[in-house]
Amino acid sequence: MPQVTLTVNGKQHTVEVEGRTLLVELLREKLGLTGTHIGCDTSQCGACVVHVDGISVKSCTQLALQADGATITTIEGLAAADGTLHPMQEMFREHHALQCGFCTPGMVMTAIDLVESHPAGLSEKEIREGLEGNLCRCTGYHNIVKAIAAAHPLMHAKAAE
Amino acid sequence: MYDFTYEKPSSLADAVKALSGDMDAKALAGGQTFIPVLKQRLNKPSTVVDLSKLGLSGITVAGDKIVIGAMTRHADVASNPDIQAKIPGLAYLASMIGDEAVRHRGTIGGSLANNDPAACYPSAILALGGTIKTDRRSIAADDFFQGMFTTALEQGEIITSIELPIPQKSAYEKFRNPASRYAIVGVFVAKHASGVRLAITGAGQGGVFRHTEMEKALSANFSPDAISGIVTPADGLNGDIHASAEYRAHLIGVVSKRAVAKAA
Repeated sequence: MPQVTLTVNGKQHTVEVEGRTLLVELLREKLGLTGTHIGCDTSQCGACVVHVDGISVKSCTQLALQADGATITTIEGLAAADGTLHPMQEMFREHHALQCGFCTPGMVMTAIDLVESHPAGLSEKEIREGLEGNLCRCTGYHNIVKAIAAAHPLMHAKAAE
Repeated sequence: MYDFTYEKPSSLADAVKALSGDMDAKALAGGQTFIPVLKQRLNKPSTVVDLSKLGLSGITVAGDKIVIGAMTRHADVASNPDIQAKIPGLAYLASMIGDEAVRHRGTIGGSLANNDPAACYPSAILALGGTIKTDRRSIAADDFFQGMFTTALEQGEIITSIELPIPQKSAYEKFRNPASRYAIVGVFVAKHASGVRLAITGAGQGGVFRHTEMEKALSANFSPDAISGIVTPADGLNGDIHASAEYRAHLIGVVSKRAVAKAA
């Protein structure tokens, strides 16, 4: 069986997979990182978004073997070792940007890439467009947009330190 | 998904060999269409040949042309300053494909090789009069698109880059399906020194096509008014649950005028 070696949340793993194994299946079933969710399984909903080499991708639409040698960050890799939440997680909590929470891991991962790739600032329109590939059936998005807008200055102030 | 053998060759020659020797082998570019197709078991490849290690990505300006590597991601086309300045219609088109995460993976070469009748890129390449470079030859856009999901590519032939002449003006407008974000009707218009080319995606039963009547009118007068009297017949257009052929025919007129207004 083919093997894939990748770094997930700072830890290197070598895992046996099938050709058809999806990255999300590797994360959830082989590594037990079930924070990354499978929602639609048709590349629409974004519940499975993780960062591959710092870029947000849908892990249900990438083969595990394509990620050989890659550095992956999942929702489990965001908080500090002492449990301090990432500023984006903290703002989601602060602004009540979730209800059932199913879409939240993907929302947070998409939101972090969005903020990181727009250091100069993000308009409300840009945030809403940036969330196009993430579906939420509870919140109506309004508080998610607020949380991301609030996280932007926190994340860039932290990066500048 | 059915299982398959996965290969990630590090040379173009090895990739061509892997795809040519086996009729059931399939190339994998960004996978944003292909992996969903595999999940639905609509395709059962023996081997999937990943093209990501062939060094086929990148964007360069070469005189009066822009050359885009086949594995260049949509997000990189959308954000490239040279493309934004010289072919703004193309940068906009790339920025409107799928969503952020899909644009981080999907590639221009993959889109062209698949030739989905509702994909955006084929309209740009056809209207810009681009050339598709492969491991073995150059194919003019006019010869490349040969009908729904059908191209001039041979078994095992791999797109390496796309060469696009820089037009005087360009624009893309899409009337999109709100769920899938694919074009119900998409129009790319390009004004070249030699005349105007206008290509329509999403509407034709045979995939992307040029609207020669509009091109003629726009070559004489590049303004939305020049095409406001042109009626497109519904014959040969797609009709489905999203839009009837008659509605698509109507949209071709509306969306074309928007594209010209944007470019002019």
